[in-house]
Amino acid sequence: MMRIFSLEEIKKSFFTCLWFGFLTFPIMVVRVNTIEDVVEWRWNNLIIVVFGSFFLSFLWRYMIERKEAGRKKAESGEAEKKPLVRRIMDNPRIYRPLLAAVAIFVLSFPFLFSSYQTNIMTTALIYVMLGLGLNIVIGLAGLLDLGYVAFYAAGAYTYALLNYHFGLGFWTVLPLGAVVGAIMGILLGFPVLRLRGDYLAIVTLGFGEIIRLVMENWNEFSFGPSGIANIPRPGFFGMDLSLTAATNYIYYIMIGMVLITIFFVNRLQNSRIGRAWIALREDEIACQAMGIDKTKTKLTAFSLGATWAGMAGVIFAAKTTFINPASFTFLESAIILCIVVLGGMGSIVGVILGALVLILLPEYLRAFSDYRMVLFGATLVLMMVFRPQGLVSDVRRVYQFKGATEKGE
Amino acid sequence: MLELKDIRSYYGNIQAIKGVSLTISEGEIITLIGGNGAGKTTTLMSISGIVPPRSGEILFMGEPIHEKSPDEIVSMGICQVPEGRRIFPFLTVMENLDMGAFLRKDKDGIKKDLEYIYDLFPILAERRHQAGGTLSGGEQQMLAISRALMARPRLLLMDEPSLGLAPLVVRRIFEIIEQINRENNTTIFLVEQNANLALKVANRGYVMENGLITMADDAGKLLANEEVKRAYLGL
Repeated sequence: MMRIFSLEEIKKSFFTCLWFGFLTFPIMVVRVNTIEDVVEWRWNNLIIVVFGSFFLSFLWRYMIERKEAGRKKAESGEAEKKPLVRRIMDNPRIYRPLLAAVAIFVLSFPFLFSSYQTNIMTTALIYVMLGLGLNIVIGLAGLLDLGYVAFYAAGAYTYALLNYHFGLGFWTVLPLGAVVGAIMGILLGFPVLRLRGDYLAIVTLGFGEIIRLVMENWNEFSFGPSGIANIPRPGFFGMDLSLTAATNYIYYIMIGMVLITIFFVNRLQNSRIGRAWIALREDEIACQAMGIDKTKTKLTAFSLGATWAGMAGVIFAAKTTFINPASFTFLESAIILCIVVLGGMGSIVGVILGALVLILLPEYLRAFSDYRMVLFGATLVLMMVFRPQGLVSDVRRVYQFKGATEKGE
Repeated sequence: MLELKDIRSYYGNIQAIKGVSLTISEGEIITLIGGNGAGKTTTLMSISGIVPPRSGEILFMGEPIHEKSPDEIVSMGICQVPEGRRIFPFLTVMENLDMGAFLRKDKDGIKKDLEYIYDLFPILAERRHQAGGTLSGGEQQMLAISRALMARPRLLLMDEPSLGLAPLVVRRIFEIIEQINRENNTTIFLVEQNANLALKVANRGYVMENGLITMADDAGKLLANEEVKRAYLGL
């Protein structure tokens, strides 16, 4: 730790700050006032940049060193501290009351806070559902899907159009949305089965954009950019609900849906098909040698992942009562992907945390809304450097060395 | 049991095997030896349907299988231990074994076979909750063999089980191969570079060069054959 204050390190930081000062000089210091034809020199900014980068470069190296030290400790076999979430989940005496507290908080949320807050929470829960769905495709099956929003859009448009033309209600369309999502997943799955990695990402990205562009341009079908308005909220046994009641109602529906999603994803993860997905991600040839049908397994991953997006789309349409293609841009796909990556691929708790952080923080940090994208980017970069496995790492990836070290290889 | 008739297989435009014919009868241990790039692995991949042959016929129990998909072939009772082990590193030992039984639905049978395998390799029982990637090379090879056995194959294809293992471990693996053949009457098709050991456990052997079978004889005779001695046994 003391090593960081050696002359060598100071020299490194010195050059870093010099370089930063030079790079930011044109934008931070020089300001040309074209009206009065004068050049302003803002030397104050230069001082801030130089000292700031000097300090940050120290901090950066200190953090990296700490991380390396931690890793060395783990490798040398010293008692590895379990991550906080793991420790909580392994101990039923903390875990159970905590779960109860979360449940009470979640259930009483609409009564404690305004309906504006409830609305935000509902949105966050929709993203939890989307994240969990995408987690099947990316976290388990390892297929990088950048067009996930297409299934979300499919669900939303299914509800909007079926309601507009045939007057079908929310509860009828919810399962239909799931079916449409699953079918779309298979449709996308077929052509991309041969692709992997970057190529798969590009094709799915294109697929997402195609769906959006079709919705935007096919006026007769989807009413183009003007979208579809007056989509009814979910019905409650034919009763008329006030706006607040309807908001709360959707919130509770969403809670129920998230619970169902968690249940299913958890079951899937520990099932044979879930393990087959992980196996397929690791080694395709070995899977084939074991008699695992590559095509079928990948298609189930795609369609089961898309199912949740389809349902989330139906709920989204019912919640906002208005949809247009602008809600389904690539940025949405990117956010859902970030939720999965930030939260921790393959981890359910992680994805929930990731969704809450990524959706709620921007809402509550409106004061910094100008810097939202900068903070977002910085967070992701920092995550990749210091915690590449995500907020909560997948249990599966935690190697158990018990017994192995005692035996001595 | 298995019959290959003039098989030709390609990777893209490159022909890897140029007309291979061989027969395997039930209960035998047959070995296929040859140098690097002779087409041994491709022959196995063609039987498994992972690299389907472009021409020729493969008959298993009298039924053509060369146009079937890999999972159909496994369900008929042909399972492969792939070259270089290829276990699933992030799955535990038990989950790896369960993947081997992917097509089976008889829970009791799976349980019984699991016990049989833990009997065969006690070390795997000890490490059943450990991730496959943390096992040593020899243990991984044992896991790969066990995983294939979990499919309860009638014909077991083994691709270089001795690859990268210490001589003692290799001997142990070959003992196990003989044991599996004896106890379960599993037919074994063994592809090997370690010609000496392979010919010692096998009933019959084939020698492969440049995508063609150049010799076929009883294993004992091949061991004594001058040409084989010079080329593969280093004598």
